[in-house]
Amino acid sequence: MRIFQCHFCSGPIYPGHGIMFVRNDAKEFRFCRSKCHKNFKMKRNPRKLKWTKAFRKAAGKEMVVDTTLTFAARRHVPTRYSRDLVAKTLNAMQRVEEIKARRERVFYKNRMAGNKQREREANRKLVEENQHLLPKEMRTAAEAIAEAEESMALDDSEAEIEKKEMVKVKIPVKATKKKRAVPVGDGMDVD
Amino acid sequence: MQLTWKTIAPVPTSQEFLDIVLSRTQRRLPTQIRAGFKISRIRAFYLRKVKFTEQTFSEKLGAILESFPRLADIHPFHSALMNTLYDADHFRIALGQLSTAKHLIEQIARDYVRLIKYAQSLFQCKQLKRAALGRMATITKRLKGSLEYLEQVRQHLGRLPSIDPNTRTLLICGYPNVGKSSFLKSVTRADVEVQPYAFTTRSLYVGHFDYKYLRFQAIDTPGILDHPLEEMNTIEMQSITAIAHLRSVVLYFVDLSEQCGYTIEAQVQLFHSIKPLFANKIVFLVVNKIDAMRPEDLDPTRQELLATITNSGEVEMLKLSCHTEEGVMDVRNQACERLLASRVEQKLRSVMSSAGGKEAADILNRIRVSRPIGEGLQPFIPDAVLNRKRYDREDPERRKLERDIEAEEGGAGVYNVNLKKNYLLENPDWKMDKIPEIYDGKNVYDFIDPDIEQKLADLEAEEEQLQESGFYDEPEDIEDEEEAEIRTKADYIREQQALIRNAARSKKSTKNRAVIPRSAGQGKKLSEMEAHLDKLGLESSKIAARARSISRGRAATRAAKDTDAMDLDGGSGAQKMTPIERAKSRARSINRREDGIADESGRTKAEKLAKLQQKRMNRMARQGESDRHVSASLPKYLFSGKRGMGKAQRR
Repeated sequence: MRIFQCHFCSGPIYPGHGIMFVRNDAKEFRFCRSKCHKNFKMKRNPRKLKWTKAFRKAAGKEMVVDTTLTFAARRHVPTRYSRDLVAKTLNAMQRVEEIKARRERVFYKNRMAGNKQREREANRKLVEENQHLLPKEMRTAAEAIAEAEESMALDDSEAEIEKKEMVKVKIPVKATKKKRAVPVGDGMDVD
Repeated sequence: MQLTWKTIAPVPTSQEFLDIVLSRTQRRLPTQIRAGFKISRIRAFYLRKVKFTEQTFSEKLGAILESFPRLADIHPFHSALMNTLYDADHFRIALGQLSTAKHLIEQIARDYVRLIKYAQSLFQCKQLKRAALGRMATITKRLKGSLEYLEQVRQHLGRLPSIDPNTRTLLICGYPNVGKSSFLKSVTRADVEVQPYAFTTRSLYVGHFDYKYLRFQAIDTPGILDHPLEEMNTIEMQSITAIAHLRSVVLYFVDLSEQCGYTIEAQVQLFHSIKPLFANKIVFLVVNKIDAMRPEDLDPTRQELLATITNSGEVEMLKLSCHTEEGVMDVRNQACERLLASRVEQKLRSVMSSAGGKEAADILNRIRVSRPIGEGLQPFIPDAVLNRKRYDREDPERRKLERDIEAEEGGAGVYNVNLKKNYLLENPDWKMDKIPEIYDGKNVYDFIDPDIEQKLADLEAEEEQLQESGFYDEPEDIEDEEEAEIRTKADYIREQQALIRNAARSKKSTKNRAVIPRSAGQGKKLSEMEAHLDKLGLESSKIAARARSISRGRAATRAAKDTDAMDLDGGSGAQKMTPIERAKSRARSINRREDGIADESGRTKAEKLAKLQQKRMNRMARQGESDRHVSASLPKYLFSGKRGMGKAQRR
């Protein structure tokens, strides 16, 4: 008895589960459940369905290259039973699984590494663009902006002129919005 | 080469021939002609008649000439046979006459065509045509004899047996009534007439039989009498032709019992006289009717006489009796055997002597049959097997078989074979171990590897290295205060956006209608507007003041009752009003095109904006308020299907 792999989703098929299809060229296709079987009959490509292992591996969502993955393999050379060897193997299986889990965790972390930064950027942008949706007290105060502008004018009159020109070019409707938003970034740049 | 002439078309008699040709001319050509026609047309009409008749004549005669075999072209045997049967001269003359007649008719046609070309009238043309056809008919009538003769020849030719001069042939000949036909009958399936008088067989007969999976033909010839060639009649001549021209085995039959009515001396004499015809042929002297007389029983003088035939060594004597079937098959087989051998030898000789001889020799040189040297391959039997003691059931020290164990353990159905005991393992103690197959959701056997230890050690080393290089270190991620604030703000904004989105979705039920239905809810109250503006941080006091001032100016009565002036359409207040009050309270109609617009330029601007606003809607082909809408006059769901319980209106 052995645990087979689903041809479609690569899930484990325990004895007594699933269904097998034998094509007329004697190739066996095992399926873990009717969902996989049906999808196979519909001639769907498992690499294009997000819920399959094949997709996840092809899309770089799972660890594909690793030493821990080379331990399990169907070998062409049969090995005679030896109590010692099996004992060693069972221990090794446990250890390998441990290491694999650890590495998978790191892999996941690396994969998700950029998310936090992206989220922050998105939040910042959202807040900048939707000041009007915030209650008054939470807004980046218009007065504060005005102050910043004044201070900038004292520092550098040229910058002021430039900015004014920019404002003129823009569509008046949007300019009111930008007036609030832009100086924050600009002012920081100048400083 | 053609062997039979069964498909020759019947030859008509001269009268029939004439009828065929003339009626064909009549049928196939136009018949209407008038004196008033143009002379060229009349001439063409008659020219065509003459030419067509001539064509038909030559076509028919040509067909007859073609269908009969040309004696020069066919196999010498067939031409000789035809010569004896039909007289070659006669045959040639008959065909020659037909050919001459064909030429003459063509000549006549040419002459008369030339004459008709210069004919002056219809009558003249007609007479010339008549003359032409008349002359052709005369020539045909003269062919009467030849046509009749050819018809007879045709009929006879069709009945000739199909003799292939090149195949394997046994030729049976001899004096009349010596038993030639009975031999043929007993050897082949041919149904030959056998009668106890001379010249029963009057032509050649062919029978076929198989020997060694090959098809042979046996030819029965009519009897021959011993007289010079010139005196022989047609029947005998057929035999002579066959003997002379067919490449075959000749079986010369003799009847020693003289029942046939011819003496042995005469029969031997005949053999010697036709001997020249046997050159280059295999000849057998076949003694028939041995049930009546055997050659051994003859008196010595006659035996000596018979021996003159076989003395040369080329001729072998065979004995048989068709009456008792004795020796018939022997004779046949021996003859066939000799024939096959000679044919093979001949073929080989011809191949070797011809252009392909070198190739044949090459192939022969390349063929080589190898045989193993010495005694050949010997089977290998291991010593263990050779030394093994032979199993004996009676022996008390016999080997213990699985069957014996079964009997000891309770017999069939109770005993279960333990296959594990035959395992070949390093340590025999392990034999009965339960081998784990699945562990932790994995197949153990996939992991079993003789060098697992080494691999695991490698992995551990790798792991250590990774640990050292900081692969597993968790990067620190601390959020500062500002970030936290932004995040809370962003969350708040998202919530607000969701609310707006939901509101917009619920508003969709109005389906772009300008008129807001009552079901869409009551109008906004002034307080709501104020709150919203406050929330947005906009100044609301001015707007509120303005709204109040406007509403107050409209209906004083209302102001007393209802403080919230914004709700102009409010149901409760309006219902209590008298019609006069309602009319007063209603705003005066104003021109909506000019409403709220200061001047002309303002209006154009507003129109432009309105158009711009509509643009997107139009592009998406959205339903608008001004769109004409006709709902289905007969909605399908109301009018199709079988009606069950209930009324039609409840559907």
